[in-house]
Amino acid sequence: MASKTDTSGQAVYHFAHAKAKKAFIIKHWPLYVISIPGLLYFALFKYVPLLGSVIAFQNYNIFKGITGSPWVGFDHFKRMFAYDEFLVILKNTLLIGLYDLIFAFPVPIILALLLNEIRHSGYKRVVQTVVYMPHFLSWVIVGGIIVGLLSPTTGVINHALALFHIEPIYFLGENSYIRSILIGSGIWKDSGWGTIIYLAAIAGINPDLYEAAEIDGAGRFRQVMSITLPSILPVIAILFLLQIGRFMDFGFERVFVFLNSLNSGNGEILDTYVYRAGLIDRQYSYTTAIGLFKSCVGLLLIILGNTFSKKMTGDGLY
Amino acid sequence: MIFSKGQRAFQLFNTILLFVVGLTMVLPVLHVVAQSFSDAAAINSRAVSFWPVGFTLENYHMILKDPSIWVAFRNSVIITVGGTLLNLAATASLAYPLSRPEYLYRRAALIFVLVTMIFHAPLIPNYLLLKNLHMLNTLWVLIVPSAISAYNLFVMRSFFLNLPSELLDSAKIDGCSEFRLIWSVVLPLSKPVMATMGIMYAVANWNMYSQAIYYIDKRTLIPLQVRLREIVITDDLGASDVTSELLMFISPEGLKMAVIVIATIPIMLVYPFLQKHFIKGMLVGSIKS
Repeated sequence: MASKTDTSGQAVYHFAHAKAKKAFIIKHWPLYVISIPGLLYFALFKYVPLLGSVIAFQNYNIFKGITGSPWVGFDHFKRMFAYDEFLVILKNTLLIGLYDLIFAFPVPIILALLLNEIRHSGYKRVVQTVVYMPHFLSWVIVGGIIVGLLSPTTGVINHALALFHIEPIYFLGENSYIRSILIGSGIWKDSGWGTIIYLAAIAGINPDLYEAAEIDGAGRFRQVMSITLPSILPVIAILFLLQIGRFMDFGFERVFVFLNSLNSGNGEILDTYVYRAGLIDRQYSYTTAIGLFKSCVGLLLIILGNTFSKKMTGDGLY
Repeated sequence: MIFSKGQRAFQLFNTILLFVVGLTMVLPVLHVVAQSFSDAAAINSRAVSFWPVGFTLENYHMILKDPSIWVAFRNSVIITVGGTLLNLAATASLAYPLSRPEYLYRRAALIFVLVTMIFHAPLIPNYLLLKNLHMLNTLWVLIVPSAISAYNLFVMRSFFLNLPSELLDSAKIDGCSEFRLIWSVVLPLSKPVMATMGIMYAVANWNMYSQAIYYIDKRTLIPLQVRLREIVITDDLGASDVTSELLMFISPEGLKMAVIVIATIPIMLVYPFLQKHFIKGMLVGSIKS
């Protein structure tokens, strides 16, 4: 047995014989034994359903099972794109993902930069405590609060509009507001929380840089633009990449809590549709095909984004 | 530091701006609390802003009389306590080997886990698996399938990687067996990461919603979040018999707000601890990447 260290400074063992390796494993048996339940968990609850996704290429019948159901190739995928309802939902998903990227992604960055400019540390801490708080509320609670605020009869928003002699608006009762509500509620819930990672990146910037800039006569604004922003750019790039990979994963719960028959025309996304058509209407194979399509697009986006990021910044996720 | 006039103006502007941002986070919550303590007349005439008008406890009284709330509350407590214990045991027992060089298959195992983060199976195959395992319509379905979060696993692994290796090595030289090492050196040292992870998992378990509507339709097994949505968003007040006579004093809106407050209290109680630990946990996770 010989050992040396790898790049991360950890020892790497090499064995002359299979026998020596076996003896080594037996010597450290508790490590191997305790890892078994966790690995079984991933195999059973993550990999088995992945294999089960083959029903997307079948007309799955719950009584016949995977082995007995007839194979139909790509029929469900073809049907998907021939279906107007699906195309509308795909469009909603893509638009909501895009709006989220444009409007919600920059908010934590701006908020972190502003928080960083606060000189009074006590005040800063109070603001941080307050803006992190909504992150811990469930989507059902956030939904309940916002539905209450927007209520046409008892809501504060309509109360305020009435002061300007504007008729009450049933915000959740029509298609035109739902996407803004979805994006806005996300900003309310998570942009404060999102600042943590940027604030940590900002805290890691070498203070000498600011000192040198000050001596050169650069003002605060100039320092933010020429030091702070470029320094946190790698973090922004990585989070942007992750966000791109999740482009179609806006989230089931956060849409479902606001969705009703009056606003689903613009609000229904793939996840809520898969729930409705798959679990409620039991179109198992068809909705699995949709889910698989979504996962593949997500994978493709990650690979594309990573390649792009490596070309541009020389750095990627992997 | 000397501020120029422009900088001082900016400081003032920034302070006020962030104050307003903070208000937008706090005021909606205050409004909910205020409504939950207000009577029907005040709510219906939109007199309630951020302080109760026509103070009453009737909303809470009414909600707590509804047995379905208690059942749902009990289910949520079971999921949160039982689930979190399983989460911690399962996550730690895989994260630790993955951090040790003596675990020869750690690269393969890491990739095995990483793949599940990038590519996940659609809803229906998950549903069919749980159906075949006879887990549908049991509380197990809200505990076991979410036993390990791959993200938390990596955070915990990076904590174990950062344990002082001299300490572990010296324990080994002293003839400490692998088992003894885990039990009497590693576990006591990992109290902070266990606290962080425990709170992270507990909040996720308490807030669990989608799994419950996917996999459970027995009324006696739904968690609080599901009952909450029924009451608050779909106006299904269920067993709480709100007669027209009572509606003189109770507004459905007030009842809804009272349920929201009840479901939020546990989170708000742990929030001070949460904030401290969560941030630590988040940072450990980000240092890793």
